[in-house]
Amino acid sequence: MKIHEYQAKELFRQAGIPVPDGQVCHQKEEIPALVASLNLPVAIKAQVLAGGRGKGGGVLLANTAEEAQVAADKILGMQLVTLQTGEEGTEVKTILFEQAIALKKELYLSMLIDRERADIVIIASRDGGMDIETVAQQTPERIVTVHVNPLLGLLGFQLRKLIFDLDLDPAVKKPFTALVKKLFALFLDSDCSLVEINPLAITADNTIMALDAKMEIDDNSLFRHRKIAATHDCSQDDVLEVAAAAHGLNYIRLDGSIGSMVNGAGLAMATMDLIKQAGVEPANFLDVGGGASAEMVENGFRILLSDPNVRGIFINIFGGILRCDILARGVVSAARKVDLSLPVVVRMEGTNVEEGRQILAHSGLNLTSAHNLNHAVSLLTAMVP
Amino acid sequence: MAIFIDNKTRVLVQGITGKEGQFHSRQCRDYGTRVVAGVTPGKGGQKMDGIPVFNSVAEACLETGANASMIFVPPPFAAEAILEAVDADMELAVCITEGIPVLDMLRVKQAMAGKRTRLIGPNCPGIISPGACKIGIMPGAIHLAGGPVGVVSRSGTLTYEVVHQLTCEGLGQTTCLGIGGDPITGTSFIDCLQAFAEDPETQGVVMVGEIGGNAEEEAAAWIAANMRKPVVGFIAGLSAPPGRRMGHAGAIVSGGRGTAAAKLAAMRENHIHVCENLGNLGRLCKEIFSEVRP
Repeated sequence: MKIHEYQAKELFRQAGIPVPDGQVCHQKEEIPALVASLNLPVAIKAQVLAGGRGKGGGVLLANTAEEAQVAADKILGMQLVTLQTGEEGTEVKTILFEQAIALKKELYLSMLIDRERADIVIIASRDGGMDIETVAQQTPERIVTVHVNPLLGLLGFQLRKLIFDLDLDPAVKKPFTALVKKLFALFLDSDCSLVEINPLAITADNTIMALDAKMEIDDNSLFRHRKIAATHDCSQDDVLEVAAAAHGLNYIRLDGSIGSMVNGAGLAMATMDLIKQAGVEPANFLDVGGGASAEMVENGFRILLSDPNVRGIFINIFGGILRCDILARGVVSAARKVDLSLPVVVRMEGTNVEEGRQILAHSGLNLTSAHNLNHAVSLLTAMVP
Repeated sequence: MAIFIDNKTRVLVQGITGKEGQFHSRQCRDYGTRVVAGVTPGKGGQKMDGIPVFNSVAEACLETGANASMIFVPPPFAAEAILEAVDADMELAVCITEGIPVLDMLRVKQAMAGKRTRLIGPNCPGIISPGACKIGIMPGAIHLAGGPVGVVSRSGTLTYEVVHQLTCEGLGQTTCLGIGGDPITGTSFIDCLQAFAEDPETQGVVMVGEIGGNAEEEAAAWIAANMRKPVVGFIAGLSAPPGRRMGHAGAIVSGGRGTAAAKLAAMRENHIHVCENLGNLGRLCKEIFSEVRP
């Protein structure tokens, strides 16, 4: 789960990590009063979950109250298009006014999970404020990495490596060390999969301050972070994805025309690939869970039918232990409940598969049984002209 | 012969009194697995369908000689359940649980270094040596005993699909296992490939990967350097959009890394027989493995 910059900075503040003074604004009417209360100059920053907002015009600097008013008016409510949002962009519903800081130097600092080594990697660079991927490609010697064993925690020599390799001024060693330790503790305490500060500023008076904050929390850990989970901003997610999640369905919307409903994530991905290989585009990823209960199938139908691009549906259920006659009855009753008119190809495997096919064939609905995957694919290609 | 489990394996079930634990313990026992004990703290002394329940793994091992654990403990407590099995010096722990926090698994993985226990999973369907032993939630009936094919996969139902196609072609399996869809898992592709390479009954291997991480690339390089038996490879997620987690916590293309295309390319470079179309996997295996059938 991604959280907004202002939410991450609130967690930073609580953890004792210095951030600039800031004010959050959700409504246009609040802008004049907020602007009047600010120390200038001030940065106005769009709060969206997609990256690359600076280049998209989502971050502006104001030296006067008038400039601040104009910039805030412009950003709040705009459709912000960045490399990560797609062409239609995302609406800016919140902005952050933040005290502009006089700085000497910008650093880069991030922490993330290294899945291959099963540890936490700290990445730092003296080239802050730049795209870190570019720095890594063009000047890899300016990237410092430290691998931290989660059982041992952050060790003294690792902190020293960061300080020496970043060539830090002796005056900032102490505040830098304190910040890295606090950030690492926050990473563990909040079950982060990523924290990134870019830029991390060394100010004119040799303090260290996080000017930006990106944080991603491990979805699997949200049961022990109820407070953070409650701050999730659904307004930036696809409406159908939000609805599917409420039903416990694993759904990702794509822009094709063939919907699919599958039990199991790996098979669901492979099913999307089959649809694509058949020359039509998949409309979604949808995993209804290993059990594929009648209720899940019904909810799945409702989600797929809410997508106006969907022209046909492929149900691929590998039951095994699951009985196909029960599954088929579930599909038929769900299809009746949602008034299904689109063509549906059903491919199922499991016990009582013949009985299941008979139930589909005699349902009077537009449900066609496929005998295997290749047969299903040929039926699908016939479905969409 | 088979890898990791056989008809002598003695299984205990951590979380045996929960709904999933009960159901799958029965399924495994009906398949022929020696399910000798269950563990649910606080329910020691009870029985589940005649299977004795103990308060701790150590106690259950001592009393019943169990050497493998099947774990159905819910996510908040699952990492500790694995560590309890490790502490009891079990040979094998198969963790079915989906949704364990990644940091918990980092600690488990580091704590297991140098220990005797082999962990399969988490977030996996388990392991089956057809006709001998099943530890997991896979449907036993789709399997065909006697080999010659070994199957290793990161997925659940996709593995069933692969096994079903093999069985339909008359290709039996030595052992089939899912190593799990999480970013941090115990046993790796390479561990399984190595075991299959050493298993005299296994004549060929099907390896089923998916997007995310670089385990498939590493396995492909290992195969080129070490594997004499033919390997058929399949990768799910060619059509997956970048930056999105495709159901499995580990199935994500991030920063251009972990793509299906890169994995397929690595497989081809290392002389693995790549299956492009899932519908044709069984037939391709028949072709590749027919020459090696005993």
